[in-house]
Amino acid sequence: MSSLTAAPPEALPGPGPDRGPDPQPKASAAKHRAGFTPYMLLIPASVVLLVVVGWPLIQLFIISFQEFGRAQVFGAPAPFIGLDNYTKVLTDPAFWNVMVRSILFCVVNVVVTMVGGTLVALLMTRLGKFFRVLMSVGLLLAWAMPALTATIVWGWMFDTSYGVVNYALTNFFGLDFHAHSWLINPLSFFFVATLIIVWGAIPFVAFTVYAGLTQIPDEIMEAAQLDGARSTQRFRLITFPYLRSIFLVVTILQVIWDLRVFTQIYALQGIGGIREQTSTLGVYIYQVALGSGEYGIGGAIAVITVFFMMAISLYYVRQSLKEEQL
Amino acid sequence: MSTASASVSVSKSTPAPEPARGTPARSTAKLRKRLMSIVLSATAVVVFAFSAFPVYWMVQTSFQPNNEIIGSEVNFWPETFTFRNYETVLFATDRAQFLPALGNSLVVTIATVVIALVFAFLASLAVTRFRFRSRKSFILTILVVQMIPGEAMIVSTYRVLDDWALLNTIAGLTLVYVATVLPFTIWTLRGFVNGVPVDLEEAAMIDGLSRTGAFWKITFPLLAPGLVATGVFGFIQAWNEFLLALVVMSRPDMMTLPVWLRTFQVAHGTTNWAAIMAGSTLMSIPVIVFFLVIQGRMTQGLVSGAVKG
Repeated sequence: MSSLTAAPPEALPGPGPDRGPDPQPKASAAKHRAGFTPYMLLIPASVVLLVVVGWPLIQLFIISFQEFGRAQVFGAPAPFIGLDNYTKVLTDPAFWNVMVRSILFCVVNVVVTMVGGTLVALLMTRLGKFFRVLMSVGLLLAWAMPALTATIVWGWMFDTSYGVVNYALTNFFGLDFHAHSWLINPLSFFFVATLIIVWGAIPFVAFTVYAGLTQIPDEIMEAAQLDGARSTQRFRLITFPYLRSIFLVVTILQVIWDLRVFTQIYALQGIGGIREQTSTLGVYIYQVALGSGEYGIGGAIAVITVFFMMAISLYYVRQSLKEEQL
Repeated sequence: MSTASASVSVSKSTPAPEPARGTPARSTAKLRKRLMSIVLSATAVVVFAFSAFPVYWMVQTSFQPNNEIIGSEVNFWPETFTFRNYETVLFATDRAQFLPALGNSLVVTIATVVIALVFAFLASLAVTRFRFRSRKSFILTILVVQMIPGEAMIVSTYRVLDDWALLNTIAGLTLVYVATVLPFTIWTLRGFVNGVPVDLEEAAMIDGLSRTGAFWKITFPLLAPGLVATGVFGFIQAWNEFLLALVVMSRPDMMTLPVWLRTFQVAHGTTNWAAIMAGSTLMSIPVIVFFLVIQGRMTQGLVSGAVKG
């Protein structure tokens, strides 16, 4: 369930015009000015983050400039080799294949998830109570399902010999999917992967957008309706501008999560994909570093990935800071 | 906020009162509206079916005898109902076994939640109830740390844990998990603490309580629901985490449930899907239950986050 990891729900900014007066000055005026107490309170969390995130991050940079392979794991000294690891990575077509594949996969997933999630959210606003609750229950089930079990269950449904998908396509739709292997062909492998990821991610997008939709004042919609705006026009001219910041933040979160995807791809490869043709960035780092023991090269790929992701996340961080008074 | 959403949905779901009826134009409009609502409801049913089907399929497969699911027919409901698959999962003498993995998962997850909650709670008090120099930079650091991709960090996390002899130990995985859930936990708790007005505490202090007393008697009880929700969220994350567990806990007796499930699936992938589905069900049920329990509160937080001024 990649959509669960690190989703700060409160960081989602609302539509600007809807905001009340800023209550913060009064609250902060009442804050204590105390010497050491806050620092003492921060010590435990800071120590953990320094030890488990800070130190490995420094190590990651160091390893990426070292020759660090199997020999070094068993105690041989690790010589510094400058930018050699980076040159090796950046001139390796396999790396670029993975990069392009990851980006394409991410774009497709984000687009499908965002469009699907928004449509479901719009649908939710127009349903009666019974059907809205029914749909919400289904979405919650999909949202709650752990990413790994979800992948394994979908893998079973798409099973070559006994899967329900092949059975249904063959017997109910008259297509010849008898003993069809879905995972052997990279394109159809990624189709299944996309299905799993979009299925798991739509609920988050749908509920978030729905929460935003309920914030749009009814009067504005009614006024637009009276002025003769069609529903597509209303979406483009009112809904979208209102939800702009929600859309942006949710899209960025989806981009980050889909670029980082590991569990679904790794588990699906275990069920029957061809590694070389289906690895994405996260899986590739794992294979190079822990699979082949090339920690130096894996480190270089990881550093490139960290910078790449941080550049994308920057907007999200800025937006969170702007929307929440600190 | 929940009231607002309710009133909106009510006004949208109940048709506007019809002052007059019978004119042909009006009845065509009514018919079209009727038709539209049927189409929309049908779409909702399709979305429901698509979302819920895999969960249903997992559970119903897990109650079928394995020889029946590998026949030429597919049963959409167990023809013969059996608990055999659960017995297989629980008591199989595989290389990696379910019960030890369950134990590891429980210990690591509970330790993670408790430690992360305490540490995050202290930190969130510091950043909400005090003004000090590096307050903003701490919050900024939390946000940035949360964005560092763990997939990239495994390279050095593995090396560092190896140096400290923490590979294949409960302590090692717990330490990594605490760091993973801390940023989110601090960020969320910060929101909950902010939601309790300082004025309440100050009023209690005027009435003669010490600051610590005011905090424990007034603020803490109001925070309890937020702590529970955040804790459950951390539980779900730690329970489901796969990659770090795969990297840190490679020895069969140290595996957590996700690593066990994947090992079990690779070992039985072509032969015993029914048992794999039983294992998947056992691993998912606690998460689904917890998720349904906190979902209201989390969605509420999400919505109040969206309207908070």
